[in-house]
Amino acid sequence: MKKNLPRRVLARRKFLKDSVVSAAGIAAGLSLPGVLAGCIGGDLDAFLQKHFLELTPAELEKVVRRIEKDNLKKFGKTTTVSAKPATPGVSFAYALDLSRCIGCRRCVHACVKENNQSRDPEIQWIRVLEFPKEKGIDFSEANPYYCAPSAGPLSDEQKEILANPESQYPLYKKSETEGGSACKVPRTDHFYVPIQCQQCEDPPCVKVCPVRATWKESDGIVVVDYNWCIGCRYCMAACPYGARHFNWAEPKVAPDDLNPDMHYLGNRPRYRGVVEKCTFCIQRTRNGRYPACVEICPVGARKFGNLLDPKSEIRSILEHKRVLILKNDLATHPKFFYFYGL
Amino acid sequence: MKQVVAPFFVAFGLFLLVICGAPRCGDSANVTPPESPVYEGIRTLAPPLSPDYFPCTTCHELGKTNNQRRQLKDEHTSIVFDHDEKNRWCLDCHAPLDRDKLHLASGELIGFDQSYRLCGQCHGPTYRDWKVGVHGKRTGMWNGRKNYFLCVHCHDPHSPSIKPINPFPAPAMPVGKPFLFGSKNK
Repeated sequence: MKKNLPRRVLARRKFLKDSVVSAAGIAAGLSLPGVLAGCIGGDLDAFLQKHFLELTPAELEKVVRRIEKDNLKKFGKTTTVSAKPATPGVSFAYALDLSRCIGCRRCVHACVKENNQSRDPEIQWIRVLEFPKEKGIDFSEANPYYCAPSAGPLSDEQKEILANPESQYPLYKKSETEGGSACKVPRTDHFYVPIQCQQCEDPPCVKVCPVRATWKESDGIVVVDYNWCIGCRYCMAACPYGARHFNWAEPKVAPDDLNPDMHYLGNRPRYRGVVEKCTFCIQRTRNGRYPACVEICPVGARKFGNLLDPKSEIRSILEHKRVLILKNDLATHPKFFYFYGL
Repeated sequence: MKQVVAPFFVAFGLFLLVICGAPRCGDSANVTPPESPVYEGIRTLAPPLSPDYFPCTTCHELGKTNNQRRQLKDEHTSIVFDHDEKNRWCLDCHAPLDRDKLHLASGELIGFDQSYRLCGQCHGPTYRDWKVGVHGKRTGMWNGRKNYFLCVHCHDPHSPSIKPINPFPAPAMPVGKPFLFGSKNK
C-alpha cells in the first residue's frame, strides 16, 4: 500500500507525524509536571507510582522511604513502613467464640489505635452487634449502638487498658463490676456478634475493583493499595459484610495517637477518597504477633492462627466445635469462623 | 563443731527471711510477682494475687489449721462463695497446713501459678480446651511462644461466673449529620 503512494504524500505524512510527536514532547517537558503538580498536591512520585505488585524491590524500597518521609512531615514523628511479603505455607484464619463474647467493644478501640483509623470522622473496622437472645441471629434486630450513653472520648482508665491489655485482669475487680458505667455488658438476655472483614477465600470486593487496587495476598489477607484506589466504592457495594470503609474526609489522627509501626498494605496513613479495611493487623501478624483485637479481648473469645498448621487453635476449633460462617449462601468462603465454645 | 554451726545457719536463714520479707509488708502495692515457671510446656502469667492478702502465711501459721467448716466472720468477709458452696468449702482447694499453696485431690501441693490443674480436676473438657488454646486467652506469637492466662484471671475462683463489666464507647450514631453535597465533613 505504502509503496504505491507518491513521494510527496509520504513526505507530508512524515512531517505531520514528526511535528505531533515533538509538540507532545514539548508539552510534556514543560507543562505536564506543572499541571500534574497542581492537580495532585505536588507529589509527582506518588502520582506516577506503579501498581504495588509491579514494583521492583528497589522501587518498593524507594516508595516506602517516601511514605516514611511524608509521615515525618505530616505528623512530626518517625515511623517505620514495612512491605514484608507473605510467608509461604501460611494461610491465616480467625475464629470468634459467640458463647464468650460479652460485647465490651475493647476490640473496636484496640483496632482503631493499632491501625491508625481516622478519629474524626470516625472510622471503625469492627462493628459489634447486639441481638436479643429470643430472636437468634436476625440482622433486622441487630443494634450496634447498645449502651449508647457510653459514647464519647476514651477515659483515662480505658486508655490504660488499650496501652497495657494485661492491666484489665483480674476481670472481676471492683472498679469494673461496680464502678464506672451504669450500663454493663453483657446485658441480660442479649448476645453479641462482632463483625469485621471476613477475609473471604473468594472475595467479591476484589472481583469488582475496576483498577485492581485490592487483591488477596497468598496468606489470605485481602489488602488495598491506597495509592492505586480511585475511590469508586464498588467494593463497598459488593461486600456483603459491610467491612469496607471510605474516607469521606481527610482522616484525622493526632500525632500522639499514631502507631509508628506500619505496613504499606495495612495501617499506614490513608488519604481522603480511598477505601480501607481490616488486614488482620498485617504489620503484626506477618511478624508472628497476634492481631490487636485478639490481644485485647478480655474473655479470650478471639482466636487466630495458621490454617495450615494442624496444631493451631484454629484447626482444633474447626475439628471439634460447632462452627458457623456468615452468609454461607453467598459462597464467599470466609476465613473468619464463628463458633460456640460451650 | 557441726552442732554449733547448724543453729547459726538456721538463725542466719531466719534473719534473711525477715530482711527480704519486710518490704513486702510495708510497701505491698509495688510487689511484682516473678514470671511463673513453665510446667508441662505451659507458660502461664503470674496469678492475680491481692498484695493485701498474699503471702497468706503472713497470718496463717505454717502447720496450723482449724478444720471446722464454718462461716467466716472476722476475716475474708468480702469473699462471696458461690461455687458449689453446698458441697465445698475453703480447705477443699486451699492446703490446710500451708496456705501459700493449693492442694489437689491426690494430696499434691501446688503453687497458685498452677491453679489451673486444680480447676481441671472437675472441669475436664474446659481444661482440655484451655490447653490447646480454645478456651480462655493466650497472648504471644501465633507461630511461637505463648503466654496462657490462668482461669482465675477471668473467673473469680470463689464465684466463677463472668461478671458484667464496663463497655467501651459506642460508635457515633449517624443522626443529625445529613449529607449535603459539597459540604465539608467535620
